[in-house]
Formats: sequence, C-alpha cells, structure tokens
Amino acid sequence: MFKRGRTRPITLVERKPFKRMAQAIDHKIVDDLIANEISFITTVPCKQLAGVIEVLDQSNQVMHVPSNKEDEGMGLCAGAFFGGQRPCIIMQNTALGVVINTLATLIQFYQIPLPMLISYRGEVGEKVACQVEMAVHTKALLNQMAIPTYHFSHADQVGELDGILKHTFMARKPTAILTDARFWGSAQ
Amino acid sequence: MIRYDVLKTLLPILKDTLVVCNIGLPSQELYKLDDQPSNFYMLGTMGLCSSIGLGLALSQPKPVVAIDGDGSVLTNLATLSTIANNVANNFVLLIVDNGSYGSTGDQPTYAGRKTSLTKVAEACGCEHVVECSAEETADAMQAALDSGQMTIIVSKCESGNVPVEVIELNPVVIGERFREEVRRQNEGG
Repeated sequence: MFKRGRTRPITLVERKPFKRMAQAIDHKIVDDLIANEISFITTVPCKQLAGVIEVLDQSNQVMHVPSNKEDEGMGLCAGAFFGGQRPCIIMQNTALGVVINTLATLIQFYQIPLPMLISYRGEVGEKVACQVEMAVHTKALLNQMAIPTYHFSHADQVGELDGILKHTFMARKPTAILTDARFWGSAQ
Repeated sequence: MIRYDVLKTLLPILKDTLVVCNIGLPSQELYKLDDQPSNFYMLGTMGLCSSIGLGLALSQPKPVVAIDGDGSVLTNLATLSTIANNVANNFVLLIVDNGSYGSTGDQPTYAGRKTSLTKVAEACGCEHVVECSAEETADAMQAALDSGQMTIIVSKCESGNVPVEVIELNPVVIGERFREEVRRQNEGG
C-alpha cells in the first residue's frame, strides 16, 4: 500500500550501453557498401543494426543522415540520387508498413536504385511477440511490390551482399536484404 | 495573392536554380509557367518534397529550392527536425502556406488554424526562419539565396488555384532530365 510520505528507496543501477559493439560482420557490410560507391545512407535504428550504424558513423566515406521515419528517409535517398550519389537505406522490416506508397510512387516510378538493408525482426530467435505480426507479412508485401528480396539467415550469406548491391544499381530497382536474428547470432 | 501569383513572382529568381516542386497543383502550375530541366516535379508521394530537396542539397553544392506546401509539411512534420540537424547552406525550403489542401479542394489545414509552421521550424532548431506575406516572398527568396545560409521561408498567401492540366511527362524523363541538369551545373556547363 502506498503511504503518504514514504518513498521507494532509490537504487542507482549502472546501465549497460544499449548498443552492441561493432563486430567483423558490421565492418564487412559497410566495406561492401563503400566498395559499391554508396555514399549517402539514411537509417532508422534497430538494435540488430546498431553495429552497422556505429561503423557508418566512424566512416568519412559516406554521409549518414538519420531519418525519423523510413518514408522520409526514402525522400532523402531520392534527392541524393538526383545529386549524383548512390543511396542506401537501413531500416527494420516493420517499416514496410510505412513505405509502400513511397516505394511505388517515388522509388519505383522514377526508377531510383535503392538497396534496403533490413533488420528482419519477428523471425526465429525473436523475443518480442509483436514483431512476428509484421514478420509474417514482410515477404508477402515485398513480393506484391515485385521487389527483389534476399533473406540472410546465416552469417556466411554476407558474401552475397556485394553481388546484390551491384545488381541493385544495374537494375535501378529497390531491393530488400532481410537479415534475421539467426544471421546476426551466427556472426558472433 | 494565391500560390500561382507567388510562383510567377519567383520565376526570374528560380531560373536555372534547382527546384524540387511539390505534388499536385504546385508542380502543375510551375510546369505551365516555366518548364525547364532544373525543375523536378513530384507526381506522387505527398509530404516528401522537403526531404528530396534536403537530400539533393546535401549531395552536391549547387543551390536547391524546395517548393512545399503547408499541408504537405504537416504530413511529414518531422522533416523540419531533420533539416535543422543536417544543415545544408545551399538549401532553401519555401513553404507556400495558404492554410489549405489546394490540390484536393481547398479543405483547411491546421496551419490555417492554430498551428504555426514558423514556430514549429524554429522549435525544431532551424536557425533561419522567415515568415512573410505572399507579396514579400520573391524578396525573401532572393535574400535567402544571397545569404548562403539554409533558410525556411513560410509564405502566407491566400487559398485558391488556377485551372491547369496534369503533367504528362514520363516520370523517368523528369528524373533523368533533372539528374543530368544537376550534373551539368556541377561540371560548370
């Protein structure tokens, strides 16, 4: 029972930094982006992508502009493409619920190449049940949008990234690279 | 003055300037008034004019003007925080604030009621925010371009439209023509 005048004892808990430290796979991913002349990257964070974002922020070869929402980020990427840059967006799969119109009427309509490096939450290994609700729609939505989609579930598959990026800029399409919990887990 | 009249006063200033123009009537009016390769017309995707403009301004050094509207900025309100925190001194965002959704029948926006986009921009951290009348807009635009500082102009004008046709250019033609013009300007051509 709450009694007036009494307060809970205050305990100071040292909080761990939320982000994980960047690992070799994060460096490998950013190296591939840079090797493919990607110079403008926008992000909306996900904890699985924290290491990649950390490495991006250390690089002076890419401009990193965080966005508040993924459709805004795709607008930034479109502008960067018209400005002569190769763009990339880093986001979570739940954001597909946000960007369908932007993909159709901006990215696809104007034929803007856009690799989407996506944290695929809600797959095997997920701890948050709500994430599964969008995971079950993720591939169906991408399929409906006719977006070339690649699903990485083991760290070895990162070797395919370079080819996927080249394919994206050759075809001038958005592409989706889905990276799930097993992919990130097997990289540790 | 309505938006069409404001655009007319801007034409001499915006000639050869890279312009990203908002979806619907603003693009159709600009297309009718003075189509040129330095204009990028949005054919869809309400709300992203300022984002496309910022992305372009951050990616190359030539001046960029985004012609946006109050309704569209309200759709993507967080853009003002992204703009404030990623300063591009070659970027001017013109918000044509007529307090209405012009392309859909002039329904009122909240910017025409209690909400001040000028104050929102300032609160987001934008350092140079100018609110002006429709009549003062061309002078404000010239001053902003001359200042070499990223500027948000909120132009308070009357609601209303003129009859215009839809833009029949292919989107890829609009995009490639614009991209080529950006490249040409940056090569000093």
